[in-house]
Amino acid sequence: MPRKSHLQTTINGQPVEFLCENRQSLLEVLRDELRLTGTKEGCNNGNCGACTVLMNGVPVNSCLVLGVEAEGAEITTIEGIADEAHLHPIQQCFLEDAALQCGICTPGFIVTAKALLDRNPSPTEQQIRFELANNLCRCTGYDKIVRAVQHAAERLQEAAN
Amino acid sequence: MAERFKVIGTRPVRHDGADKVTGRAIYGGDLQLAGMVHGKIVRSPHAHARIKRIDISAAEKLSGVLAVVTAADLPDLRDKVADLGEGSVNLAHLGANVLAHQKVLYKGHAVAAVAAVNSHVAEEAAKLIRVEYEPLPAVTWVLDAMKPDAPLLHDDVYTEDMAGGRAGEGTSNVSKYLLFEEGDIEKAFASADVVVEREFKTASVHQGYIEPHVSTALWNHDGHLTIWTATQGAFTARQQTAELLQIPVSQVTVVPCEIGGGFGGKIPVYLEPVAALLSRKCRRPVKMVMTRAEVFEGTGPTPGSFVRVRLGAKKDGRMVAGQAWLAYDAGAYPGGMIGPGCMCVFSCYDLPNYKVEGYDVVLNKPKTAAYRAPGATQAAFAAEQVVDELAERLGIDPIDLRLKNAAREGTKRVGWPAYPKIGLIETLEAAQRHPHYRAPIAGPNRGRGVATGFWFNIGLKSSASASVNPDGTVTLIEGSTDIGGTRTSVAMQLAETLGIAAEDVRPQVGDTDSVGYTDVTGGSRVTFATGLAAYQVGLDIRRQMAERAATLWDCKADEVTFDGGTFRRNGESIGFKQLAAKANELGGPVVGRASVDPAGPTNGFGLSIADVEVDPDTGKTTILRYTVFQDAGKAIHPSYVEGQMQGGTVQGIGWALNEEYFYDGEGRMRNASYLDYRMPTALDLPMIDTVIIEVPNPAHPFGVRGVGETPIVAPPAAVANAIYHATGVRMCELPMSPPKVWAALSKTQR
Repeated sequence: MPRKSHLQTTINGQPVEFLCENRQSLLEVLRDELRLTGTKEGCNNGNCGACTVLMNGVPVNSCLVLGVEAEGAEITTIEGIADEAHLHPIQQCFLEDAALQCGICTPGFIVTAKALLDRNPSPTEQQIRFELANNLCRCTGYDKIVRAVQHAAERLQEAAN
Repeated sequence: MAERFKVIGTRPVRHDGADKVTGRAIYGGDLQLAGMVHGKIVRSPHAHARIKRIDISAAEKLSGVLAVVTAADLPDLRDKVADLGEGSVNLAHLGANVLAHQKVLYKGHAVAAVAAVNSHVAEEAAKLIRVEYEPLPAVTWVLDAMKPDAPLLHDDVYTEDMAGGRAGEGTSNVSKYLLFEEGDIEKAFASADVVVEREFKTASVHQGYIEPHVSTALWNHDGHLTIWTATQGAFTARQQTAELLQIPVSQVTVVPCEIGGGFGGKIPVYLEPVAALLSRKCRRPVKMVMTRAEVFEGTGPTPGSFVRVRLGAKKDGRMVAGQAWLAYDAGAYPGGMIGPGCMCVFSCYDLPNYKVEGYDVVLNKPKTAAYRAPGATQAAFAAEQVVDELAERLGIDPIDLRLKNAAREGTKRVGWPAYPKIGLIETLEAAQRHPHYRAPIAGPNRGRGVATGFWFNIGLKSSASASVNPDGTVTLIEGSTDIGGTRTSVAMQLAETLGIAAEDVRPQVGDTDSVGYTDVTGGSRVTFATGLAAYQVGLDIRRQMAERAATLWDCKADEVTFDGGTFRRNGESIGFKQLAAKANELGGPVVGRASVDPAGPTNGFGLSIADVEVDPDTGKTTILRYTVFQDAGKAIHPSYVEGQMQGGTVQGIGWALNEEYFYDGEGRMRNASYLDYRMPTALDLPMIDTVIIEVPNPAHPFGVRGVGETPIVAPPAAVANAIYHATGVRMCELPMSPPKVWAALSKTQR
């Protein structure tokens, strides 16, 4: 068995330590070692975005990041998007707008949308579509996902004003 | 009438929603069991080869390896046929697809499997399994596979005719010949003023669900096999697995996990029996997850096809005759989608004379699986373009031409008795008066296309049960795996029946030990048939609750009436919730149950209007505007009906413009990744506008028609018609990818 490295990170605001082999991806560490299975595997080669997490605020395909690269990083997964009391407005709008069908791509879309709205609170439809092109959905045709992100942006803006 | 329903037609948040937006929902891949180990499949690098020898010794010796299996571990399935609820299946073929014996028939065909302590060790061990092959010539295009000198795939496949007899001498790659005839087409074509005939080709495409196939099996020491899997039908997965392993179904429990898309592709078993064999050897739970390349290369795409369509009409637009010749590939084993292809090619039209011939052809591609309205899209791509051309030649508006010839109640469809009440005409009329159809389309290289689409609604069997809780809520257990929100559309029908809120029903999908037999989630059937079961569960609960009320009021149960959630008798009344709180004292807990097998399946019709712009320099087609119309009978949850329409349409647009299995000269797929296969992204599309038409289905208490599949059928033809009207070039081959469109444009400009 290959030797494991000891890593220290912050995941969803909590300090987390883990052991991993050099060949393990961050996705594998999150899902199999830390049991944060909300981050999904769709292709394992960076094409589908189902495994999107925020690493130091930037969306990354966690299947393309090695676990050992996460030393000192601040990571946000789908499990860290809602707070104790409420779903995040993006999550709430996904539900109200029926922006998911099978739901396997949903965590990745929500994390990507969070990164977008953190950076650009009032994106155009084109900017939303450009950003969401990181993620594949096969069920919805994207219409309701784009609308959910638009509505979430409005709701976040209203809350801020 | 508008207030007839309290729950149906509203848009509640789905019951499993919070789990799915927070990452808590447990999909097949998320399962973790004590002692779980990981399996990996060894797959053929050749499109066609004889297996000479498999040496597993090096893999078995690797530290961390717990079990290795090959086809030798499967029972001998020769001459065994199983009825799997959707017609009989040749078990030897199903078994050989799961683990090849003697021959591999496509690149990616499973040959052996290994279980090890983790997926990395399993992968290393898989590489140590030595398979010696004798490569054979391969064939991947349907017309090539039909040639007399084509490489033969099987020594037990003969051409069967409609009656099950042999239509040809000797073994063949053509496994089935279908013929449907009505009237006298030659006489009718001779009487036509305009006849249009064209040939069309389509490439194989994949269902493309984002969740790869995944299964975990535990063959326990008591002999009981439990399988947690991503399947469209727990019961069919149970039966296929039991038949392949030759064990009784009672020895197998299938637990359907949340499923990350299926579209027809998660009906056949692939991993389930293999994980079971590995677990039987090592007595540990064995989890197997496919890579994306394995999904493309080893699981069902839709058939590649060749279709010739000929239509004749009088000057006034009345169609007099239709002829179609369809050859669909079935992939490596017989039994593709040719039957529905033949039955759908003219399904939107009332044709007095027709002849439809179909061929089911095996070749060196993965065994095809159903993909949303399987077989209909290829047929519509052909027929709907010929209809468009006919309209142009006759100088008639394409929707007018369709209206003039539209199938209606009483029309006899190919291979089927007369239609019951259907909503095609209403759908056409809704499209014709829609602002999109009337809006001008200006600018060079821009055009508009329309096309209609059709798919059956099958009925099949569904079971459900529900218990009434003391707080007046109801727990519903149903057998249909929920791929797109059907828990909610089924629960809403129970809520409507009981006069309670959608949120007061808690729906769950049961495993094969906790709910009655239920057929697959497919055939646009769940909201229709499982919804019907939920309605009948509601009636059963109402009957039992009326008995409780009768006890309360000391009267006979048939004196108690029910309306809008309230039980009444002689001026006395009690709400559902209040009565539920007392039910236990008034005669015991209330548990409703139902199983249905509805006869008289109905039909779904839809229409697409597509506006496109074609870039003459690159051949790239951009969708400018898209509106999709569909008769839903009655939309239970309109948001999820729209979602089916939008999602199916975008799959159809992907099929139209980009997606294909790209084969090299050796019969190997060369684009088995999402990057190279290139499904549509959010950036490729505009909003997809939807118009729901509601012509109630008389065979359902709420008028429901299935909506899942029809939306994929029209888009490739609608986009092709739009490209024609934009450029003057008729694209007869899918996909209409930039290089193909550019080449076609260049040809006309020379």
